[in-house]
Amino acid sequence: MLHRTGLGQFCGLRNAWGWAGMKLITAIIKPFKLDQVREALSGVGVQGMTVSEVRGFGRQKGHTEIYRGAEYNANLVPKVKIEAVVDDDDAARVIDAIAQAAHSGSIGDGKIFVSTIENAVRIRTGEVDETAL
Amino acid sequence: MKPLFDRWSRSGALALALAGLAAVPAAAQDLIKAPTPEQMAGMVNKGDTTWMMISSALVLLMSIPALALFYGGLVRTKNMLSVLMQVFMIVSVAALLWVSYGYSMAFTGGSEWVGGFSKAFLQGVNAGTYAATFSNNVYIPEYAYVIFQMTFACITPALIVGAFAERVKFTGLMVFTVLWLTIVYFPVAHWVWYFAGPDFLADAPTDAGKLYLMGALDFAGGTVVHINAGIAGLVGCIVIGPRIGYGKEAMAPHSLTMTMIGASLLWVGWFGFNAGSNLEANGVAALAFLNTFVATAAAAVSWALCDKLIHGKPSMLGAASGAVAGLVAITPASGFAAPMMSILLGLIVSPVCFLFVSKVKQWLKYDDSLDVFGIHGIGGIVGAIGTGIVADPALGGQGWFDYTKFPAVPGAYDMMGQVITQATAVGYTLVWSGLVSFVLFFVIKKTIGLRPTAEVEREGLDLNDHGERAYNY
Repeated sequence: MLHRTGLGQFCGLRNAWGWAGMKLITAIIKPFKLDQVREALSGVGVQGMTVSEVRGFGRQKGHTEIYRGAEYNANLVPKVKIEAVVDDDDAARVIDAIAQAAHSGSIGDGKIFVSTIENAVRIRTGEVDETAL
Repeated sequence: MKPLFDRWSRSGALALALAGLAAVPAAAQDLIKAPTPEQMAGMVNKGDTTWMMISSALVLLMSIPALALFYGGLVRTKNMLSVLMQVFMIVSVAALLWVSYGYSMAFTGGSEWVGGFSKAFLQGVNAGTYAATFSNNVYIPEYAYVIFQMTFACITPALIVGAFAERVKFTGLMVFTVLWLTIVYFPVAHWVWYFAGPDFLADAPTDAGKLYLMGALDFAGGTVVHINAGIAGLVGCIVIGPRIGYGKEAMAPHSLTMTMIGASLLWVGWFGFNAGSNLEANGVAALAFLNTFVATAAAAVSWALCDKLIHGKPSMLGAASGAVAGLVAITPASGFAAPMMSILLGLIVSPVCFLFVSKVKQWLKYDDSLDVFGIHGIGGIVGAIGTGIVADPALGGQGWFDYTKFPAVPGAYDMMGQVITQATAVGYTLVWSGLVSFVLFFVIKKTIGLRPTAEVEREGLDLNDHGERAYNY
């Protein structure tokens, strides 16, 4: 289970000026894991997220559906995509929380991608960057 | 004294009806042969009239929304609205044709092949004219009969659209509907259902439709509705050709929820279709109701078993398909079979249709999108042939009544002979509907066009034919 904990430490990078910035955490997970992941994220203090229903494929090859004897290979599997923008300092904990909550051990558990966010603005108040999260 | 006399004749007729159509000799002297409309007015029962109007509404429910949802759920999202609209418009067009000349072509005398135009635009039909039932001296208002039969003319052409769903031009389909009703449906309804009536047939024993005179039994329309539509659908899907990507691309149903709602409403509406076809609210109507319930349940169970055995999982679509196959199969037998025989018929029809839709269709490589032939055609044939067996009084069936005698008497039942008659009636329908449908589809294809362009078919019929989407979210 090495891969499940401590992943976040590699992501605690600084931006080019050495300031703590923001990270976009994108997680593709199994749809039925959504509630657990959402709770886990609330547990580590994530204030907001965006959830979309998506389809795709990876190593999990999809499944067969049969309608009146006609077999269809559904090779685009339904998944849920979670996007959360967090402070650099929180990124490690958030990644760990998702990796633990979304884990089932079977193929198709999903992936987590981390990227750097340049700017953020809260529309209502005009606050920017970390204060806007 | 006249009102009293009328009351007597009514109660005699009622006793006749309650005895399950059995002629009661003691009532014979009260019966009036060839009654006048004034005398018929005293032979109408408000319960029967009410039941016929409720049944008519139930049969309309079978087309819209039931059939539209059942079919609609099975197509892809981009074609959902086209199916809804096709069914809705066919029902509307058929209703107008029915009162214009359909009723007259189907239910007036003339030849044994087709009626005349003496009641075109419902001339001569008013609140004081009456239609015969299956009992001597029991009548229903003719308007109620016009309405009830109208709902059958509405649903039959709507059944056909499933065979070539997702790839037919709306205008071509509407032209086909008008011509098919006129040349196929109205005459075939005349062949099977037209007869002078129990109080008149004795004096005019040849005043009936071709298949009626042959002795074919079709309680609620297995031949007229289901085989008729099933073969037209098969011919249509062959003339139009398979959908683009058929057999290669996934064409999974977009909403089995809709399909389940549709199948369930079909089941509910079918009580009007079958039990209403008795034309009287009596014991035989209750028998038809019960048969419609249990044969359908049996067919749903046996399809689920087939699914479980062959594919490993019982599917909702399978259960719904089985239920519809059961409804189709029991239709011609509903007022003739004993309930246990109906269950048997239901158990048998699903494996036959299952084999057809999941194997035979793939071997023969035709694209009957929603299995109109596989379920309505094949299920209808199983039911029509099966009716010859289960109607036998030796198996608890109702047998048949000889209306050329006044009052009517039960006819001698010959099971083998009846099965042959049933098969012959099926043959007449397959040949006539198949041939005419082929010519109609072919001519429309070569003239105004039957199939949208490949681009339109790819994008979906909803936006291209109707300028709308079924769903905006």
